[in-house]
Amino acid sequence: MTALQEKPKAVAPEGPPPRRRGKRATALAGTDKLVLGLMLGIPTIVHVLFVWIPTLGSIALSFSRWNGIGGFEDIEWIGVENYTEIFTEYPRFWPAVQHNLIWLVFLLVVPTCAGLLLAVLLDRELRFSRIYQSALYMPMVLSLALIGFIWQLIYTPDGGLLNSLLGLGDKPVDWIGDSDINLYAVLVAAAWRHTGYIMLLYLAGLKSVDPALKEAAALDGASSTQTFFRVTFPVMKPVNIVVAVVTVIEALRAFDIVYVINKGRNGLELLSVLVTDNIIGEASRIGRGSAVAVILLTISLGVIIPYLYQTFSKENRS
Amino acid sequence: MTATLERPSAPVSSKKRTVTPARVALHAFLILTCLMTLAPLLWAVYASLRTYDDTSVNGYFSIAKSLTLENFAKAWDVGDLPHFYWNTFLITIPALLLTLLLSSMVAFGVSRFSFKFNLLLLMIFTAGNLLPQQVIVTPLWRLYRLIEVPEWISASGSLIDSQLGVILIHIAFQSGFCTFVLSNYMKTIPYELTEAARVDGASVFRQYWQLTLPLCRPVLAALATLEFTWIYNDFLWALVLIQDGDKMPVTSALQNLKGTFFTDNNLIAAGSLLVALPTLVVFFVLQRQFVGGLTLGSTKG
Repeated sequence: MTALQEKPKAVAPEGPPPRRRGKRATALAGTDKLVLGLMLGIPTIVHVLFVWIPTLGSIALSFSRWNGIGGFEDIEWIGVENYTEIFTEYPRFWPAVQHNLIWLVFLLVVPTCAGLLLAVLLDRELRFSRIYQSALYMPMVLSLALIGFIWQLIYTPDGGLLNSLLGLGDKPVDWIGDSDINLYAVLVAAAWRHTGYIMLLYLAGLKSVDPALKEAAALDGASSTQTFFRVTFPVMKPVNIVVAVVTVIEALRAFDIVYVINKGRNGLELLSVLVTDNIIGEASRIGRGSAVAVILLTISLGVIIPYLYQTFSKENRS
Repeated sequence: MTATLERPSAPVSSKKRTVTPARVALHAFLILTCLMTLAPLLWAVYASLRTYDDTSVNGYFSIAKSLTLENFAKAWDVGDLPHFYWNTFLITIPALLLTLLLSSMVAFGVSRFSFKFNLLLLMIFTAGNLLPQQVIVTPLWRLYRLIEVPEWISASGSLIDSQLGVILIHIAFQSGFCTFVLSNYMKTIPYELTEAARVDGASVFRQYWQLTLPLCRPVLAALATLEFTWIYNDFLWALVLIQDGDKMPVTSALQNLKGTFFTDNNLIAAGSLLVALPTLVVFFVLQRQFVGGLTLGSTKG
């Protein structure tokens, strides 16, 4: 992150670097105070009301039994029963956890390596570099729901591209219907989109690495591979953190593509599907759904908090 | 930011380019990778241009007997796409404009003035934008039933099943990302500028509207491009918060197309491409903004 943010400084409107804040003595006039209060207050209220209050709501509801339709007086408080049920009895929970984990590991390995490799290849004077980049970024603008539709044309056993290419026309593999393999088929499609994003992040990261570092390493006799792994990659730590955060969050958010394909059943269960099923599916068990949401929240805070720390601790010090 | 938005540096003089086997291999590898990346979309284009009769007899993996735009016309009519595009437009444009307005106000406040809770405020917005949507969706869905709005805004009398509700959650959710990016950018604007304006008697609002915002034009353009594709591509919020299929935006309405078109994959391909078209156009026309915005923020998927 830091590396990415250092760029603006170099090209900020002319003038000395911004002064340290906190040294402004000028008092604000009454109207100005009010205007500033509104400018900060209104967006904050909107954000907190629709994002953070519901987050707290999920935590509260996870200790309840409720169908969500009736009034609040129907809420029955049952302590941690939802959690014990989820961990011990709920048949779809552990498969969903497993699928989310596979999703995460797959995204951390395949698109990250591919994106890094492509970024390294493109980070040089290269003819047609812009065209290559455009082609590789393109999947990023498509929604995952749409990608679900487009990839079904490839996977369908009914004359799909993949079966035809593999010469399986007679005994077609049902890439999406077979619960042993459909998760990986979907992951390939998700990785297709994710790779361009990772490449973009690493390209920006590579550009921000001081060339003098590489030159120094070369002078010391390091090969280009050594320079990359011993110098460039460690210097890109902030980018690596952003990539890790983005990938974890992406893995936890995964929903659209499986919902479009089969509503997240038959091998494609995900934690996000278990939550959503309670409001648009048949389950209608708000308490249990909220408990799954809290589990999602806990995992995501595991990356959000370190990320906030690394992003903002620097500012605290200045 | 600006650095990434700038035009690529001037082409290297051709003298420097010597053809080596390594270069050829590199280009071959990159061309192959690009073709594989474009393949799924090109395959959809190919399928969409063929008739159902053709592919049902010969399969999809065959040379087309004839190419036609019929599927697009049919998807347009059967899927009632103009209607759903309009729904998307009604949601995307207000959500986009208000997100940029509100987040630029917060960013201005936290980057130009110092309070005790400056950092806390910024952290709340940044963290909010990283939450998985499912963490908030259940209580939100219930909250929307409680918030009453006049009938002329929503026939249900509450925020549920109304486009306003979807707009509001987009604003609330997306303002996290935009605030983060904008405040980082505004911090790079010299403090002397606003101070000079203040000494000259400019009100806080003028410092924001007439001084800071114009300087933020490049980053606002980048964010607008990004937010357009994200809000356009939204699937979950509309799916959960809108029950009346008639009010769905076009991305979520894709679900309907699937039902309507049943097994006609050619028609689905044409419909999907039509839905993808606006984002693809934005991407090819405003690619620099798109890439610049992502490089700057880089906390979204």
